[in-house]
Amino acid sequence: MGASPEQETALPPADPSAGEKVWSRRGPWRRVLQGLLGSPTAMISAALLVLIVIATLLAPVYAKHVAGTDPFRSGLSAKIKIDGKPVPVMQQSTEGLGLGVTPIGPTWGPQYMLGADGQGRDVAARLLYGGQNSLLIAGASTVLCLLIAAIVGIAAGYLGGAVDGVLSNLIDMIWAFPVYLLAISLSIVMIGKSYAFGPFEISSGSLIVPILIIGLVYVPYVARPIRGRVLALNQSEFVMAARGLGIRPGRILWRHILPNVSTTLIVFAPMLMALNIVTESSLSFLSVGVQPPNASWGTILQDGQTLLYSRPMVSLAPGLAIMVTVLLLNLFGDVLRDVLDPKSARGR
Amino acid sequence: MLAAILSRLLRMVVVMFGISVITFLIFFATPSSDPAARIAGKNAAQETIEAVRKDFGLDRPLYVQYGLMMKRLFITRDLTSFANRGQQIVPAVAAAAPATLSLVSGAAVLWMLGGILTGITAAAWRGRWPDKLLMGISMMAVAMPVFWVGEMVNLITQNRLHDTWAFSWVPALGYTPFSQDPGLWFRSMVFPWLTLAFLYIGLYGRMLRTGIIETYQEDFIRTARAKGLTGRKVLLKHATRSAIIPIVIMFGMDFGVLVGGAAVLTEVVFGINGVGRLTYQALKVLDLPMIMATVLYASFFVVVANAVVDLLCLLIDPRMRRA
Repeated sequence: MGASPEQETALPPADPSAGEKVWSRRGPWRRVLQGLLGSPTAMISAALLVLIVIATLLAPVYAKHVAGTDPFRSGLSAKIKIDGKPVPVMQQSTEGLGLGVTPIGPTWGPQYMLGADGQGRDVAARLLYGGQNSLLIAGASTVLCLLIAAIVGIAAGYLGGAVDGVLSNLIDMIWAFPVYLLAISLSIVMIGKSYAFGPFEISSGSLIVPILIIGLVYVPYVARPIRGRVLALNQSEFVMAARGLGIRPGRILWRHILPNVSTTLIVFAPMLMALNIVTESSLSFLSVGVQPPNASWGTILQDGQTLLYSRPMVSLAPGLAIMVTVLLLNLFGDVLRDVLDPKSARGR
Repeated sequence: MLAAILSRLLRMVVVMFGISVITFLIFFATPSSDPAARIAGKNAAQETIEAVRKDFGLDRPLYVQYGLMMKRLFITRDLTSFANRGQQIVPAVAAAAPATLSLVSGAAVLWMLGGILTGITAAAWRGRWPDKLLMGISMMAVAMPVFWVGEMVNLITQNRLHDTWAFSWVPALGYTPFSQDPGLWFRSMVFPWLTLAFLYIGLYGRMLRTGIIETYQEDFIRTARAKGLTGRKVLLKHATRSAIIPIVIMFGMDFGVLVGGAAVLTEVVFGINGVGRLTYQALKVLDLPMIMATVLYASFFVVVANAVVDLLCLLIDPRMRRA
């Protein structure tokens, strides 16, 4: 929705004397690290996030050695053993005329722990595989978005003039486009086709398509505050002083503007990633995100849509996975913001 | 003042024109999306595609196509759908608008009340259990995809519990116009309202709480305290009043985007035939005229919301008038 993390972050102007050896002295980064280490919330949420990542990376191991299924092949005629008796994964309906089949519900055993989806695939295994894709897409699109937003925002703010005019108007225009409608539009045009950019080829159904789309739609929300920050920095005393000393613009950009803007970018990162996870799931839910047979938390939610009343676990599990991951990212992001921006922490 | 308003209006028109061009280019001029081939369907013969192209005027230069579409959309208003031939676009959008408006305005009332109450309560008891409880719930609300919340709500109200006393009053999914049956309209909208509002209560509550707490650092709060004002007066009359400006700005933007069709996920989950769902369905079958109309409709609300918010800010905060 229109919701976006949009707080201006203000770090105290970097100590102009902290030129060469920012990392080796007790610089601002050291303080940030100490702040994070000193916060139980940050440490616990970071640890749990690492656990989630490890769990999703272990998906092949789980699928092969615990669940013993291929979560990408439909298992409509598969049978599993429960209490020594073979049970079909797709069960005949016992109600009404007995027509139609319902996938098996949660067994809470190693096989089909969370039940099967409409194609008889193991939901638990797909949840882990889907997590890989959801996290990969969210992470990559976050990096992409921050990168583009930084370039656009700094170019607009630092160069000013005509460049600023064009870029700012473009940002405003994309801003006026509802995020979801823009993302859906881009997806529909891009998905299901192959592209070739010189030596690179993007095959249809590639994860690069959702990464590009999700990475692009939030650019205005980040680029705008970056531009504002650069405009303010341009007027700051230490940048003026650097100019007065005759330092080249490139060096001012690299030494003074970029380090100060980077804190804004870092504050955005966890919140943007959280937002991207939700966006991915929404697009996949509308079937314009990750394309089958690839799994993501959003596609599992879409699979579960028709089974909502008979097998709610197929919808419940990925939704909870999204909620927990986003919650942890936001908790971590809150601490990170307070550490990077002492002004907002003062009130707590 | 008149010049300011005029330039504002001009800017609105320019932005909307830009959006219409971007949309047009995305769908008509992307190299891999041949609208004629899309309309003709999969595996259509080359002759069929050519016939369709001629039939729909897709063989003309792009700017002619654009001009014709705009003329038929705004002046003659007889633009028809590519997907359902004969369906007129303007009446279809007009028919979908009330459903979206009902959904969003009802939810907006709830989330503004809920968000402001949450923010003030949490700020007043900050660090203690009401604050922790409310902020915990708000974080959860922000962390859940809205369509998933909707599904879970449906699971509770439409499934097994539907026949119990608690939820038997909830009608089946779908939208009933207010003019048809006000009671049914209300009962069918209660849960969509709550679902949509939940997310925004979380967002607004968190933001207002942070704003109030930040405002407490300001000098004028210290002055108000020094004057001997009660804590309640300082909180409500001074801190909240100043902290609410960003909330008003955000509300204007969110309301505009949602009325324009961004509530698509809520509409899909609850089976409400609103503008969002109309847009989504048009996008799925690449019904280009419908897409153009709904996207322009959406951008209109966003642009208007932007302008209204700017004006409101001038009214609330005299400091902004100088700029």
